Amino acid sequence: MTRLLLHRLGGLLTTLFLSSVVIFGSLYLAPGSPENVIFGSRTPSAAARAAVRHRLHLDQPLPVRYWDWLTGVLHGDLGTSMVTGQPVADRVGSGLGTTLLLVLMTMVLVVLIGLAMGLTAALLPGRVDGAVNAATSVSVTVPSFVASALLISLFAVKLGWFPASGLGQGFGGKVDGLVLPAVALAILSCGFLARVTRNAVRDQLEREHVQTALVRGLPRRTVLRSHVLRNALPPIVTAVGLLTAGTFASTLVVESAFAVPGIGQLTIQSVAQKDFPVVQAVALLLVAAFVVCNAASDLIQAVVDPRLREAGSTS
Amino acid sequence: MTAPLLELAGLTVDITTEDGGTRTLLDGIDLSLAPGEALGLVGESGSGKSMTMRAVTRLLPRGAAVSGAVRYDGAEVLAMDAGALRRYRDREVGLVFQDPRAHVNPTRRIGAFLIEALVRNRGVGKREALARAAAVLAEVGIDDPQRRLRQYPHEVSGGMLQRVMIASVLLAEPRLILADEPTTALDVTIQREVVGILDRLRRERGMGMVFITHDLDLALAVCGRVAVMYAGRIVELRSADTLHERAAHPYTLGLLGSRPSIDERAQRLTAIPGRPVSAFESGPGCAFAPRCGFATAQCETTPPALAEFDDGLVRCSRVEEIHAARTEATA
Repeated sequence: MTRLLLHRLGGLLTTLFLSSVVIFGSLYLAPGSPENVIFGSRTPSAAARAAVRHRLHLDQPLPVRYWDWLTGVLHGDLGTSMVTGQPVADRVGSGLGTTLLLVLMTMVLVVLIGLAMGLTAALLPGRVDGAVNAATSVSVTVPSFVASALLISLFAVKLGWFPASGLGQGFGGKVDGLVLPAVALAILSCGFLARVTRNAVRDQLEREHVQTALVRGLPRRTVLRSHVLRNALPPIVTAVGLLTAGTFASTLVVESAFAVPGIGQLTIQSVAQKDFPVVQAVALLLVAAFVVCNAASDLIQAVVDPRLREAGSTS
Repeated sequence: MTAPLLELAGLTVDITTEDGGTRTLLDGIDLSLAPGEALGLVGESGSGKSMTMRAVTRLLPRGAAVSGAVRYDGAEVLAMDAGALRRYRDREVGLVFQDPRAHVNPTRRIGAFLIEALVRNRGVGKREALARAAAVLAEVGIDDPQRRLRQYPHEVSGGMLQRVMIASVLLAEPRLILADEPTTALDVTIQREVVGILDRLRRERGMGMVFITHDLDLALAVCGRVAVMYAGRIVELRSADTLHERAAHPYTLGLLGSRPSIDERAQRLTAIPGRPVSAFESGPGCAFAPRCGFATAQCETTPPALAEFDDGLVRCSRVEEIHAARTEATA
């Protein structure tokens, strides 16, 4: 288990390192040069341009710039926003809490509703299964931006239950404002998780070891909990991990739709304004979210299924 | 004669297929087992051996319709409510399955598997249950039981895991063991050991056993009586020590004829022609008729009954003629 943990941690760091190279490199390759953002529509003198390029270290070769940036990041210095002049860490930090809360609320909804639907469908074959199947078929086809528009027009504009955009004051106001975005993000994922859960539980229900447990006279509830659900967990955990990572990415769309001041909105703004240091930091953060979610789901699976512990240490 | 421990009367299992038809898997099984007796159930795949065992524990596939009677110690198993069925499964019968790899939950430790029923159903303390489990593991010939209890199923061999399964049955101290091809999935050298353990412990504890196998010789070695099944029916039932000489059903004769002998020089083995059929594939007459060398037109249309013949039960309309012809040939 310790070996697996170290193994995973090593993989996590390698992935982060490689993706930081890709992120830094791709922004370098992107059209437009950073100093143009600062000058805007003005045409600077050659001396002024050179001065700015020197201040931004753009006159240095790429590997040197990458190294400076990386050491800065490792020391907690993400650079300075080229648009506002604030430290990037401050800009990212102010949105991070909101986005984490949004993702948390979304995943609570997804896990509660998705698991409940999947379990119901698996344990009640026939009509209930068919109904859940129909519901999930619809929900997995609703992209979050469509859901956002529908939810705003119904619950914010017509019924007025929740704000259409922005967040209220304090934690309560924040949560209140995040309900609709969370629902918009959850709809598709709920359907997906319900399907994964249903199939995983069905698969286990038909396993021979479940028959062994039943034929030993164990109560049905015990068999379901200790044998069926426990063994059905790995695919469910994988799905939750992937969905959590995906939700981070989907916040780009939904935060913009609901004007939520989180990382997603910040990303869209920064890309539009070509605020390179912020885009770099946010992209790295998204990659980190993906990698951490995957590593966490792998570790949970190894806890559930002992056979995966050895597979991890030999690979 | 003592009251039977297990009695099957006219046990029939039909299953509804996806296209709405019904298929008969078991067709009127009559069997009885005395306390402490070992009965062999022999037949090819699809002959209904495992289905009989499943019906005894009511572990039937979805959509299966059961009729007839399964009486255990006088109680009708098919009529038990959920609670009574759980107590019956917990305390009275123990099942040893063919493939321990598939039948033991791979994600839990061997110790957890062994003590689960004791702790859940009987309220035995965990420490006490583990001590009993270790003792039983030693009885089935497993070294270092304490270490095994902490291991996972994938960390031990198939033969070891089958012994764990036998231990799990012994822990429940049932009066009836149902062993469904307990050695088929194992290495040949391990088979002997596992059968030996099962046989010895059964005798020591006076448990009844239904031993299911497709290996006629194995059944004869372990059991007092042997029932031969074909296409969901019993075709011959006879005590093990007389089956060799007195086998009368053409199918049993075919099975005996298809075994290699260690005394004679290897000639070509006589195989039974054709392939085995399931109960639902058979025609209106004798299910074995299409493969039987003695079959007449009448065999194809009239189903024979299971009748007494030569101290056993045989399901064949021409049994007397066949017997007479065989006696004449050997005389």
